[in-house]
Amino acid sequence: MSENLLPLPGDLVAFITEWKPKPGNLVMVLHRVQETYGYIPHEVVVEVSRLLEIPLAKIYGVVTFYHFFSLKKPGKHKIAVCMGTACYLKGGQALLDEIASILQCRAGEVSEDGKFSVDSVRCIGCCGLAPVLTIDGKVYGDLTPAKIAGLIAPFQNES
Amino acid sequence: MKKLTQETLKQLADEKRADANHQALPKYVLVCGGTGCHANTGKEIYDELQKEVEKQGAAGKVKVIMTGCFGFCEQGPIVKVLPHEAFYVHVKVSDAAEIIREDIVGGRVIERLLYKEPGQAVAGKIDDMKFYKKQRRVVLRNCGFIAPEDIAEYIGRDGYAAIAKVIATMKPDDVIEEMKKSGLRGRGGAGFPTWMKWNFCKMQIADQKYMVCNADEGDPGAYMDRSTIEGDPHAVLEGLMIAGFAIGANKGFIYIRAEYPLAIERLEIAMQQAREYGVLGDDILGTGFNFDIEIRLGAGAFVCGEETALLASIEGERGMPRPRPPFPAIKGLWGKPTCVNNVESLASIPYILLNGGEEFAKVGTEKSKGTKVFALTGKIANSGLVEVPMGTTLREIIFDIGGGCKHGKKFKAVQTGGPSGGVLTEAHLDTPIDYDNLIAVGSMMGSGGMIVMDEDDCIVDIVRFYLDFSVDESCGKCAPCRIGGRKLLNILNKIAEGKGEDADVEQIKTIADAMRKASLCALGQTTPNPALSIIRYFNDELLVHIRDKKCPAGKCKKLLSFAIDKTKCIGCGLCAKKCPAGCIAPSSEPPAEGKKRSPYVISASDCLKCGECFSACKFKAVVKG
Repeated sequence: MSENLLPLPGDLVAFITEWKPKPGNLVMVLHRVQETYGYIPHEVVVEVSRLLEIPLAKIYGVVTFYHFFSLKKPGKHKIAVCMGTACYLKGGQALLDEIASILQCRAGEVSEDGKFSVDSVRCIGCCGLAPVLTIDGKVYGDLTPAKIAGLIAPFQNES
Repeated sequence: MKKLTQETLKQLADEKRADANHQALPKYVLVCGGTGCHANTGKEIYDELQKEVEKQGAAGKVKVIMTGCFGFCEQGPIVKVLPHEAFYVHVKVSDAAEIIREDIVGGRVIERLLYKEPGQAVAGKIDDMKFYKKQRRVVLRNCGFIAPEDIAEYIGRDGYAAIAKVIATMKPDDVIEEMKKSGLRGRGGAGFPTWMKWNFCKMQIADQKYMVCNADEGDPGAYMDRSTIEGDPHAVLEGLMIAGFAIGANKGFIYIRAEYPLAIERLEIAMQQAREYGVLGDDILGTGFNFDIEIRLGAGAFVCGEETALLASIEGERGMPRPRPPFPAIKGLWGKPTCVNNVESLASIPYILLNGGEEFAKVGTEKSKGTKVFALTGKIANSGLVEVPMGTTLREIIFDIGGGCKHGKKFKAVQTGGPSGGVLTEAHLDTPIDYDNLIAVGSMMGSGGMIVMDEDDCIVDIVRFYLDFSVDESCGKCAPCRIGGRKLLNILNKIAEGKGEDADVEQIKTIADAMRKASLCALGQTTPNPALSIIRYFNDELLVHIRDKKCPAGKCKKLLSFAIDKTKCIGCGLCAKKCPAGCIAPSSEPPAEGKKRSPYVISASDCLKCGECFSACKFKAVVKG
C-alpha cells in the first residue's frame, strides 16, 4: 500500500478517545473510520484495536458482519443502484447490467481505473422515483438503461 | 435560550400557535422535504422560493417552510400554498419565481401547475383529492405541515404538552392504563400490545433501565419510519420520553440506519433544540424528571430489526439474535431491563396521552386500534406514503387512494409485510386490514410496506427476490434459517430455470415447516412466507413453471424463447445488429409480397435470451413466448 494512513488524524483520535469509556463504542468508531477513509483500512483497524483495547479478531468479526462496512477501497465515484422491491420490480437489475456493460464493473467491484465503484444497495426510501441509483450520494430517479450512459459520461470524462 | 418550565411552555405554545398552524401571515408556502422530493430538487426549489420572496418584496407577507413528506411522492416535487390550498405538482426550480409573483404577490393561482385528478379539468380541494380523502393523519399529523427543523412550530402544535401533562399529573401506572385504553399494538409488525410491553419493563426493579427506539427500517420498499422521523422528529423524541417515564428509564437510544442521513441530521437538530429548550436532558421543564437520548447507527443488517439483535448491535457486537426468554424487558441492554418500540408506535404516543386513549381507539377495528402508515409502491399509479384507519380494505388503499395499477395494467398481487409477508391476490382485496386478518390470509402487517404487482410481474421471480434477500440477511447463527433459506432459494432457482419437478412443492412445504418451528428469531420463522403464499394462491402459475416450463409473464429468462414473426418482419436487420450472440440472420426465404427484403430468423440454440432484439424491433415482429 503506497498511501500513508498513519498516524491517525487528530479528530479521529479525539473521537476514539471520547467514545472509549462508553459501552458499545465499536460500531460507532467503525462508522467514523469509514467516514474518514471511505472504507476500513487494515492499518487503521490495528490502531483502533490498540486504542480501544479490543482484539483485532473481534473487530474483524463486527466489520464483516455488517453490509455497510467495506474493507475495499472504493472508486473515486460511488454508484449505488437501489435493489429495494419497488426498484427491482421497475427494472433495477437492468440498470446494473447496463452499468456493468459500460464500465466493465459489476456490483461490489471497483472499475479498473479506480474511477467508479458499483454497488447494489437495499431500499434507499425513494420508491416514488423507482428505479433509482445514487452517484456520490445524489439520487437519480425514473431511470431506464438508455439513460445510464449519459448519466455517467460526465464522471467518466473528467480528468 | 432560557430553559422552559411547565408555565413558560404553555405561554410559548400560545404565542406560536397561530404561526405553527399557518394562520399568522397572509400566506404560507410549504415545500415537501421528504426524501423523494428532497432528492428531486426539492431543496433547490425551497432556496429559490426564499430568494424570490426577498427579491419580489414579499417578506413579512409569506413564510416559506420546508416540511416533511406530503405523501404523494408520485407527483413530486410538490409545493403547497395556504390558506387557499393550491397544490402544485412536478414543480421545477424555474417555477419558483412565477409562484411568488403570480400566487403570492398577484393572488392568482397558477393553473398549469395545479394537480388535477385523472380525467378532470379542474383542480379540487386537497381534502377531496382521491389520494387524501380516505386518509386520516394521526401519526403523520405534523408530517408535511410543520418545519421539522424548528422546535417552535412543534410546540405551537401542542408539542411537548403531552410529556408536560404526564409529568405533572400522572403516575407511570396511569400512563400505562391510558395506553391500555388506546389499544395501541406495536407498529414494527408483530403487533404486541404496547402497554403490556411497558408494564413488563416497569415491574422490574433495577438501578438502570433503557428505552430504545427501533428505527432500523430494513424492509425493502418501505419508508414509513424514515418519513416520520424526517417530518416530525420531535414527536418521536417526546414518545420516547413518555415511554421512559412509564417504565422508569432515564436513558434512551435511537437505533437508526446509517443509510438515512437526512433523518439522522433532523434527529440531531431536534435533540439539540430540545436540550436548549429544556425539554430533554436533566430536570425536564423544571420538574426534576431526567431523560436523555443517544443516537446509535445501524450498519446495514436487516436482522437488527429483531429486538435482541438490535440490542447486541447497540452493544457494539455482531447483530445476532439470542433466544428469548429472558426477554429484553427483564434482561436487555447490558443486562438491564429494556423496552424496544418502533418509530411509528412512539410517534403515536404524544397524541394518545394528550387526547386520551379512548379518542385514539375510536378509529380502527375491534382488535387493531388507530391508524397505520403504509408505503405504497411498485406498479401503482400513485405511489406514496399513506395513513389510513385500521380496517380500511386493500381495495380502498390500492384503487381509491393509489389509483390502481400504472398505465392501466391489470392488478395481479400485493405484497404486505416485506420479505416476511405474503403475496395476496385479487380475492383478498376486500379484506379489512388489521393484524389478525392479514395473518389469517397468510401474510402479515409488517412495518407497512405495500408493494403492488401487475400482470407483467412473475410470481416465481418475486419470491426468488425475497428469498435472495432473506438468505443474504440471515445472520447464520441458527441452522434452520441459514440452511433452510438457502435450500428454498435453490428450489425456486431450479424452477425458474425450467428444471422444476412436482416434488418441489412438497419439499418447499417441508422445509418451511421446519424453519417456522425451529428458527431462533422471526427472520428465519418468516422467511418461507412468500414461498408458501404462492403455493397457496398462485399454484397454477407455479405449476406452469414446473410442468410446462413456461413463464407467462415472460420474466424467467431461461424459460423464454424468442422468434420472429415472418409476416411482420420487414428485414431491416436492427435485431441482428443488436444481438450480442450474433444468432440472428436473414432467412433464405424470398421476401414476402410487398416487402423488399427477406425476413430474419433467430437460431434458438445460440440465443442468450437477453431480449435485446425484442426491445429493438419497431414492428413488433419479435415474439416472446
